[in-house]
Parts: sequence; C-alpha cells; structure tokens
Amino acid sequence: MTASGEQRQADVVVVGGGPAGAWAALHARASGAEQVVLVDKGACGTSGATASANTGVWCVPPDPAARAKAIAARHAQSGGLGREELMAAVLETTYRELEQLGAWGFPFPSDDAGRPYLANLRGPDYMAFLRQRLKRAGVTLLDHSPAQELLLHDSAVAGVAGYRLQQDLPYTVRASAVVVASGGVAFLSKTLGCDVNTGDGLLMAAEAGAELSGMEFSAQYGICPAYSSVTKGLPYFWATFSDESGRVLDMGDNRMLGVARALLEGPVYAVLDKANPEVQRWLREGQPNCFLPHDRLGIDPFSQRFPLTLRCEGTVRGTGGIRLAADDGSTRVPGLYAAGDAASREGLTGSATGGGAPNAAWAISSGSWAGRAAADHARRVGRASDDRSLRSAGLTGLRPSDGAGRVEAVEIQRLVQAEVLPIGKNLFRTGDQLTASLRELDAGWGAARSSLQAPGRGSVRAREAAALLASARFAYRSALARVESRGLHRRLDRPELDPEQTHHLVAEGLDEIRVRAIPLRASPHDRAAE
Amino acid sequence: MIELLSEERCTGCNLCVRACPTNVFEAVPGGVPIIARQQDCQTCFMCELYCPVDALYVSPLAERRAEVDESALAGNGQLGSYARNMGWKAAKPRGADKDPTFRFRALTRGA
Repeated sequence: MTASGEQRQADVVVVGGGPAGAWAALHARASGAEQVVLVDKGACGTSGATASANTGVWCVPPDPAARAKAIAARHAQSGGLGREELMAAVLETTYRELEQLGAWGFPFPSDDAGRPYLANLRGPDYMAFLRQRLKRAGVTLLDHSPAQELLLHDSAVAGVAGYRLQQDLPYTVRASAVVVASGGVAFLSKTLGCDVNTGDGLLMAAEAGAELSGMEFSAQYGICPAYSSVTKGLPYFWATFSDESGRVLDMGDNRMLGVARALLEGPVYAVLDKANPEVQRWLREGQPNCFLPHDRLGIDPFSQRFPLTLRCEGTVRGTGGIRLAADDGSTRVPGLYAAGDAASREGLTGSATGGGAPNAAWAISSGSWAGRAAADHARRVGRASDDRSLRSAGLTGLRPSDGAGRVEAVEIQRLVQAEVLPIGKNLFRTGDQLTASLRELDAGWGAARSSLQAPGRGSVRAREAAALLASARFAYRSALARVESRGLHRRLDRPELDPEQTHHLVAEGLDEIRVRAIPLRASPHDRAAE
Repeated sequence: MIELLSEERCTGCNLCVRACPTNVFEAVPGGVPIIARQQDCQTCFMCELYCPVDALYVSPLAERRAEVDESALAGNGQLGSYARNMGWKAAKPRGADKDPTFRFRALTRGA
C-alpha cells in the first residue's frame, strides 16, 4: 500500500452514514472507542434509503404477549428462514433505542393518548437528528468520501481506503475494526435516494474473505409514477389500477406483483381515488415528497390517473447481504463487522421483503450491536501501530490485471442494468434466463477484472461499476442455486416452494463464485425436540 | 433532476454542496455554487430541504431534462414547496411531531 493522500487513524471506522452506520458509530463511542470515524459516500444525514423516506419501524412495546404475537406473524411470513430469538432481540433493542431517541429530544408525534408514537420515523428529520448526535458524541464525519476497499493486516481487516470527492484526493483510515453499513444494492435504478446504494460494501467484504447470504432475495421492486423517482408504496393502498383502455385491473393480494404482470402486457395507470378527504390530507401532510411529482406536473392524483413503472430495489428492500457469523454483527473475517442493509436480514424477514419497518428496526438493532462489538474488538486488539504494513484488498475496478483501463464504468453499469432491471429477467426468473444473464455478467467481470480503472474521482465510478457487477453475479448465482420459488425469489420454471430447500444459500469468491446450502441455525424448538 | 439554482436568491451558504448525497453541486470561491454534475442527480429532493432561501428547484422528472422558468416557479409557489410542506424552516428540521403518518400505519399493516 502506498502512503498518499489523507491519512487517519481510528479505533473503529464505520462505512456508511445511514441509520445503521449512525447507530453503530454512536454505540462504538458509548462502548469506549475513543476515535470513531464515519465515512459516507454522500453525506451522513441526507444519504441513502432512509433519509428521503418516511418509514414505519417494527417496534412493539415490552408486553410479552404482544411481542410473541408480532414474532409469530413475522415468522409465518419468513418462508421458514426467520429466527424467532433474533426477532425477539431486534424488538427489544429497537424499542430501547427508540426510547433513547425520544429521551434525546427527537420530536416523535403523539398519539391520541398523548404518548409518543415511536413506530414511525420521518426520514429527513430522523437522519438530521442522528447527524447532530454523532457530532455531539465526537464522531469524526467524513462526507462525500466513499470507501473503496478494505485494508488488511495478515488476514484481519485493519482499515479502509477511499476517495474524498470534494477534496479530490485519496484517503486511508487505519482502524482496529471496520463496520460495513454501506446499504444494499439498488443497481442505480433511481429508486428514491438509492443511487448511492451500489453494493460497494458487498464487494469490499467479499474481497476480504467474507461470505454473502440470501442474495437470491434481491428481486424487490417499488411502484413509482413512470417519470418519477418516488418509490413510496403507501399511497397505493388507496389506488385503483387500470390499463391503457381504462379497464380496472385486479391486483390480487400483492400490488407489486399485480403491477408487474400488467406491465408485461402494456402501460399501467393508478389513481388514488379510494382516499377520502381525511386520508388525502394525512397523505399530503405525512408524505409531501409523494405529491411533489404530481403537483409539479399539474396532476391531481386523487382524481386523475397517472402512468406507473416499477423500479428495482434490489437488496435494499430485499434481504440478502454480508453473512454474519453471530448476532453481534461479526463476520468470519477478524475485525470486519456488518450492519443494516449491507448485512443479510434473513434471520429477521427470511425470504420476505425487509422493506420499511423490518429494515428500519434492523438498522437500529444491528447497528447498535455491530458498533459495540467493533469497539470491544478494537479494545482487545489495541490501537495498531502506524508503521505496520497493510495490504489493499481491492482488485476489480481499482487494480486491473492488465493495467490498461480500456473498459469504461458506464459500459459495465449498462451491462449490469440490462440484466437486473427488467422485471422479465429479475422479478420473474427462470433457470435459462439466469444462465444467459450470468454469461453476460461473467464476461463483463472478465473485462472489468482485466481493464476497468479510472484516475482520480473517476475511480469512484469505476469501483461502483465493479460493485454493481459483483452484486448482480452474487444475486443471480444464488438465484440459480435456489431451484424453487420462495418469498421474493420467484422462478417461473419452479413455481412451488420445495420444503427440502429450507436452507440458506451462502456465496463466496469473486472470479469464481461458489454457492453452498447451509442448514438453518437450530431454533429453541428444535433443540427442545432433540 | 435538479434544474435550477437561482443566482438571485442564493446566498452562497453552500449547504446544498454539503447536503447533496450525489455531489451534484460544486462550491465556487467568492461566488454561488454551480450545478456541476446534473446527470448525477438522483431526484431525491434533499437539497431543497437544505436550502434556507428556496433557491433550488428539482424537477420531478428523474430521467429527462425539463425547461424551467424561475419567475413562473416563484409565482406558482413551487420554489421551496417541499420544505414548506414538510414544515422545515430555513434548512432546519421542523414538523416531525406533526407527521400524521402513524394514523394509517394500523390501516395499511401488511400493505
């Protein structure tokens, strides 16, 4: 590793300034880590899926019966892959941390009984508030400073390297522990706020030797006005859907799938005509950015129909990600922790979407746990000396094998998008199509591995393209290995759930991705039965 | 995507440069910032919330350019409308306590 650009040292470095990263950094400080650095590709407070959203949170007060009921309901939706003890831990931690947020002064709305309503967070306010808490806690925030690769000492993670876009220079942060909380991957689909979610953390972690799990659960899409970026689903609860001729469409029990099937036939429209005046007022007051597109184009969405599209939300509202070795956020790589959408959420939501409330609760809980575990790890290994040699783990997009730089980031981006954005390829999958897509993606990987590189700020785009490509290959390689349909993973050629495949699919490797099935962690019931 | 940075309204505080998640703006020493990388705009509207003087306009068209007219946008109340509807004041978060979204969480559970 060459020493150039800005050099820093920390006990814990957190990659990503969304809620998971913010909670991780706060808890790392609270557990005694003195130097905590949080790097964000955009800006902590405005970046990522949460900042521009208004999200419910999976939050149940500490009433054992209510929690047991919520856990049973979630487990029933998880395709058999959820873990009840993890769900209980998420509920416990989330409630405690939301109460803490209120104690710090976050302005929760009050319910009719005058109690703060904790189970909903308005994104811009929530993330602006967390940013202030981070500054008060003495966390060093580096905005517009995407992390591009992990640094290793022997086989342990010992820092990150990246680029400071507004200073136009590279940086490194040496650290005793790294928490990857860089979000999921939405493939630059323009789903709201998610163009920063390009799977960078998945690639970085895999290069350091981490495994990914559940990447086949990456086919979630968001309903969106055709011209817009606002993929908020809530208003469609009050929608009537129709086709080009105006014929009303029955969406069945899954609106996203209903819209998808109809879009394969032709244009689809919605009008929010089931919202009564009171609901209209609540929607407008609560979801102002849902109505910006309509208002600015002079459309009254409550009486006029507007065209729809679906935008790919990938793993942001899917569930796949870095496989955790334990619920404390550790991975199988020493010094590497993961939290939020960068981590697999299968234990919480199984094969169902993590979108909205579960992901919001997971960000808080997994962030808190990973921050504490990373701080403990940093204390155990001690502050690293400045002069020990570190190895840069990044390859594709940073260090091409033939050094030429003949492949452009935008070529790779388009190649990936052509395979993962179309609903006919990704939402409705077949073995043949996955195989054909993987042929394209693997060829792209070969080209990127040998020749994708760009200087300066351009290195950020090149690296993002490599991350998009790696993420797509993990997703489709895993999807090909799950020869059934389960939850978000829908195979037209295998439409039924196969009880024999009630297992996790774990992927590792980059040039050659290996996928293997691992059994579920034994649940308390199983242990009791033994 | 972002279509307007009103040089007339802008005070050069550079909050948009700091807030934009995709680094669309670029500060200009001694002047007002410029929209340097419009093609990177993800149409998240966050910059509008962080503009204390309603000098920014994000067109709702995520993938196409749009012609905009500043005086028309000012006249029909669209400049600053997102911040106003949220209740934010001069780039400061306000109004989360008045968010009625929780009222229909029960109605739409599982939706």
